[in-house]
Amino acid sequence: MAKNIVEFRNLKTYFYTEEGVVKAVNDVSFSIREGETVCVVGESGCGKSVTALSLMRLIQSPPGKIEGGEIIFDGRDVLKLSEAEMRKIRGNEIGMIFQEPMTSLNPVLTIGEQLMEPLMVHKFMSKKEAWNKAIELIKQVGIPRAEQIMTSYPHELSGGMRQRIMIAIALSCDPKLLIADEPTTALDVTIQAQILDLLRKIKQERNMALMLITHDLGIVAEMADYVVVMYAGKVIEEAPVRELFKNPKHPYTRGLLKAKPIIGKRQDKLYTIPGQVPNPIGLGNYCYFSDRCEYAMDICRQKIPQLTADENGHKVACWLYEGEWKK
Amino acid sequence: MSEPLIEVKNLKKYFPIRGGVLQRTIGYVKAVDGVTFTINKGETLSLVGESGCGKSTVGRTIIRLYDKTDGEVFYKSIPIHSLKKSELRKLRPKIQLVFQDPFSSLNPRLRVGDAIGEALLDHGLISKNELRDKVIETLEICGLAPYHIDRYPHEFSGGQRQRIGIARALILDPEFIVLDEPVSSLDVSIQAQIINLLMDLQQQKGLTYLFISHDLSVVEHISTRVAVMYLGSIVEMAARDELFDHPLHPYTQALLSAVPIPDPDLKRERIILEGDIPSPANPPKGCKFHTRCPIAKDICREQIPEYKDVGGGHFVACHLV
Repeated sequence: MAKNIVEFRNLKTYFYTEEGVVKAVNDVSFSIREGETVCVVGESGCGKSVTALSLMRLIQSPPGKIEGGEIIFDGRDVLKLSEAEMRKIRGNEIGMIFQEPMTSLNPVLTIGEQLMEPLMVHKFMSKKEAWNKAIELIKQVGIPRAEQIMTSYPHELSGGMRQRIMIAIALSCDPKLLIADEPTTALDVTIQAQILDLLRKIKQERNMALMLITHDLGIVAEMADYVVVMYAGKVIEEAPVRELFKNPKHPYTRGLLKAKPIIGKRQDKLYTIPGQVPNPIGLGNYCYFSDRCEYAMDICRQKIPQLTADENGHKVACWLYEGEWKK
Repeated sequence: MSEPLIEVKNLKKYFPIRGGVLQRTIGYVKAVDGVTFTINKGETLSLVGESGCGKSTVGRTIIRLYDKTDGEVFYKSIPIHSLKKSELRKLRPKIQLVFQDPFSSLNPRLRVGDAIGEALLDHGLISKNELRDKVIETLEICGLAPYHIDRYPHEFSGGQRQRIGIARALILDPEFIVLDEPVSSLDVSIQAQIINLLMDLQQQKGLTYLFISHDLSVVEHISTRVAVMYLGSIVEMAARDELFDHPLHPYTQALLSAVPIPDPDLKRERIILEGDIPSPANPPKGCKFHTRCPIAKDICREQIPEYKDVGGGHFVACHLV
């Protein structure tokens, strides 16, 4: 089995707001192996993006602060590195692409300048070398007329092209891990299909690990090797992709799978999870899903369930399964 | 077959592009370029397509939030675009709109109760004494609580705000509602709640919907009939089952195959379209889809395909069908 490239160990990232402390990432542990695609799924506010930003050490402080835990990337704890050492990892060993291809490119620099910058800073290339490498990258992400694109500005490109450029920038320094935070959410379906196809292709070519953050279970099924489901700042279930879709255990995961209408499967009424995500401030010592859960028992309202693995390595944090492990 | 409630005939909406020192019109964005369809009473017609295909513009031009460029829209045989402003105003309560973004479509300084009741009062459909009871009743129908009436929009979550948006339309007792991407900004678990609410309301009140969306899985769930738009034109329209089981237009086929399905064991032949959607200011000649069509022939580059019924109300505009 391949070794771990990233390990989140009991990560805690809190935000201090006027109303109180938001435990955006509340004791999260999981790992990503070399060359593996791990999808982190969950609804808005569940902490999936903050987990990725913590790894990149891009949490704005104040109001945010990483309060505890370790993030081991390639043998080092990134939370202990100096800012200078961190800068060598960011954009170099870890690439990142964001949801909004419109706002994540600098509007006053040409595409060429933005592509060449990391190459010259991290790989110490000369301008000429960086130029050639940049053209090669543009071709790799499937954009024709590379020379012309190099001198274009972001506003001259379509959303799909901009996202391809973002991918090219993220790939420029041959990262070991690519973090893609909702990379296709702002794009149309036919363009989304192109981008997912591209991500799959480059991942295979480079044997790079991919941490894909999404709320779309369809994308998860299509891209993931391994899935981590988050709810209200906690990992509530994780398993290899087949296992998760065949045998979802947590009532929230099951609910999500049932609530989504699926092409080709017509039903009269959609299943709904009642209620809404709890207010992240002042959550106590109970299962955060208990007030929406149809199986909630007394213990669910008294104690936080811990993530526990079954014999297949399928982990779930739910009191319903607590008895099973003890058998 | 039931009677048509809305008839749209060759509707066109062009937006002028201004340029130069004198800000003269130098061209047009043909957002809607001749669409024709009817919506029968009690059904849901969905308009699907990608950004910029003109689906929202159709929705807004139908209810005359935009003035048409050409064509006409009939509501129960009344030509909406030929009415005087005062006549149109009388009709307004019957045709309503729910927006995509529940965050920007509510006035942050207006209590929810006032936002919902405002139109009713404005149209003189209710007395002040009765208003509060009516608002509370509508809140409850939409799954909100009576005490929400005095709260402000920022105190609500996205799903609840969308319920407020629906309540605001519903209180006028409309017959026809344009739903412009009503669930696109919501999380899956909340999305399902709103879809069920919309479908329940339709059954109870016999509402007619025009459902505008880019999400094909939601469209398949909610629709009676579906129209697929590309660059301002309808390329295919059929009953829901027919369209999803036997899509004929290559664009519809590609669109359907591009939707990710939550089943990791499913291996399908995926049609990945090349390139981007062309600009509606300068659409391709002939069939507008030919630049991305995997099976385009010479004729597609030269002639505009006819939009024709291929049997049983299944309309398609493609030379190769």
